[in-house]
Amino acid sequence: MNILVLIKQVPEIEKVRFDYEKGRLDRSSAGAIVNPFDLNALEAAVQIKEKIGGSVTAISMGPMQAIDALRDALARGADKAILLSDESFAGADTLATAYTLASAIRKHGTFDLIVCGEKTIDGDTAQVGPEVAEFLGIPHVAYVEEIREVCSDKIVVGARMERNYYIVELRLPGLITVTKDLNNPRLPTLRDKLRAMRAEITVWGYMDLAEEGSPRFFGLNGSPTRVIRVYTSVAEKRRSQVLSGTAHEVAQKIVQILMKNGVLR
Amino acid sequence: MCGACGVLIFAEQEDGEIHKVTYELLGKGRVLADKLGKNLCAVILGYGLNDEAQELIYYGADKVFLFNHPSLKDFDIIKYKQSIVRLVNEIKPDIFLIGATRIGRSLAPRIAASLRTGLTADCVDLDLDDEGNLVQIRPAFSGNIMAQIKTRTKPQMATVRYKVMKMSIRDPARKGEVVEMKAEPIEDTGIKILEKKKANEVNISEAEIIVAAGRGVKSPEDLRLFRELAVLLGGVVGSSRPLVDAGWIGKEHQVGFSGNTVKPRVYVAFGIAGSPQHLFGMRYSDIIIAVNKDPTAPILNFSDYYVIGDLYEILPQLIHEIKKVRCVEK
Ligand SMILES: Cc1cc2nc3c(=O)[nH]c(=O)nc-3n(C[C@H](O)[C@H](O)[C@H](O)COP(=O)(O)OP(=O)(O)OC[C@H]3O[C@@H](n4cnc5c(N)ncnc54)[C@H](O)[C@@H]3O)c2cc1C
Ligand SMILES: Nc1ncnc2c1ncn2[C@@H]1O[C@H](COP(=O)(O)O)[C@@H](O)[C@H]1O
Repeated sequence: MNILVLIKQVPEIEKVRFDYEKGRLDRSSAGAIVNPFDLNALEAAVQIKEKIGGSVTAISMGPMQAIDALRDALARGADKAILLSDESFAGADTLATAYTLASAIRKHGTFDLIVCGEKTIDGDTAQVGPEVAEFLGIPHVAYVEEIREVCSDKIVVGARMERNYYIVELRLPGLITVTKDLNNPRLPTLRDKLRAMRAEITVWGYMDLAEEGSPRFFGLNGSPTRVIRVYTSVAEKRRSQVLSGTAHEVAQKIVQILMKNGVLR
Repeated sequence: MCGACGVLIFAEQEDGEIHKVTYELLGKGRVLADKLGKNLCAVILGYGLNDEAQELIYYGADKVFLFNHPSLKDFDIIKYKQSIVRLVNEIKPDIFLIGATRIGRSLAPRIAASLRTGLTADCVDLDLDDEGNLVQIRPAFSGNIMAQIKTRTKPQMATVRYKVMKMSIRDPARKGEVVEMKAEPIEDTGIKILEKKKANEVNISEAEIIVAAGRGVKSPEDLRLFRELAVLLGGVVGSSRPLVDAGWIGKEHQVGFSGNTVKPRVYVAFGIAGSPQHLFGMRYSDIIIAVNKDPTAPILNFSDYYVIGDLYEILPQLIHEIKKVRCVEK
């Protein structure tokens, strides 16, 4: 089975500090990591490969430094890695990102299954996966939290929507986006890491995709959405009335508030 | 009833029941459509939904496009997408809004890619600029900041976070038109539902009372106290993210940026510091009561009432007092 995994390098968001005074993000203390959900996607792909054979190719679009994310993917079991990096890819919104990824997937040739993360922790849109599926004209299932069965021409997955949990048979070639609940991504061994350090990584720029896509749809040019303004948004301060006294007295005061508001009668 | 469609909203249903985010979309959609001086339209797909289509009119829609077919009963991404894309190409709305539910977030990007238009995810507010363009407001960087986004293609598409915007008010005297659309279902879309079962989860977004636990809780067993209080108040247990990450409580209980947005009448937070990510999810609660032993915890500023104290002393006392009130009642 020929599996593609789409991974993105993201800032270590827990370490991105926000300077409320200046209204700016301070990324200096944050490193770059593979988007956590994409590690679940990669793990799923590698497990399928281990079970029924085939290959796993990790594809990422980003600046040259995203090569580190792809090395990480290779260390964790991907066989091949392709980086899409070009100035003309920069500034892409989800539509342009998906368009570029889909163009690269067409150039790469045949595939059976594409696995994406549920969402990225920086963009947080969950849009790129379904948009890639649409550009490629293949069906998809989002929010997969269970893979029950994999055959050469179909995959059976479990996904929760609003009210129900669905077991769905997806015809291949198809795309899934996976949640954190699907698996626990493995840690690479030192040997894997060393092997990945030496591995060759294909880099494609816009000339390489010229036959599959039009530059007019890449990067900023191909992005219909624009961020106009960013500003801080803190919750509104409230009256902050102190309830003091012993635990007993405080509890009575809370009960009174609940009664006054009709929660307790 | 003729006239251009300014705003189209996707009326989401599962098992024939309309998701409440739909009424919030109608609320905001009505405001936007009026400002544009155009119609507010809704699209609903499924089977046997004539009453539901009528409901959408009571809740503010001028026109409802109904795709009624047995094959549309359950959500099928390809069938839904094809029907909706066909409709959008026909009626050419300026704005197209979809709830940021799992169904919505799976469907909207496929439609956007098919139409080659921009899509803004998870908006918390929408407005129009002087030229009548949609200004979409969404959180960025884990809710620390807000971004205003505009789209230069039509329709301007956005998914909208549940429990942030006001629901429209039902008015059974409202008149509108239900337009029956011909469904042209494709037989094999590549997706086959083999099994469907109730997810059977707490629905914290709908809860009126939430008793929330944070990292001030020392062990998973102690959540028993929270459950007891929630039951006494007829509410649901909420949680900050660390407890979910630790596996102490299910993700469906998580309140905040990467969890659920809630809007209860009362939110009682025990041992929660009040990070921007947590506040993001509960800031619209009617009344917020916080118990924290740290007098400098940020949540104190964002609560109506607060107690500086140990949750392990206050919570049992509170349960005791409420039981007393309950007994007197009986
Ligand atoms: C991308 C991203 C998304 C996130 N999404 C969410 C989200 O959806 N929801 C969410 O909650 N968080 C989210 N977070 C995490 C968030 O930043 C905070 O880390 C988290 O909310 C902290 O939870 P807490 O307040 O329970 O824990 P802490 O920050 O550890 O605070 C615990 C509080 O309990 C008090 N306390 C301790 N013991 C007691 C006691 N015995 N009695 C009374 N008080 C006591 C302490 O004084 C302290 O104020 C997200 C973070 C990121 C980066
Ligand atoms: N630049 C990118 N390169 C490769 N894959 C991406 C990229 N951006 C997004 N993805 C994939 O799409 C998923 C959803 O991303 P997003 O729409 O940004 O939330 C991610 O989990 C990745 O699998």
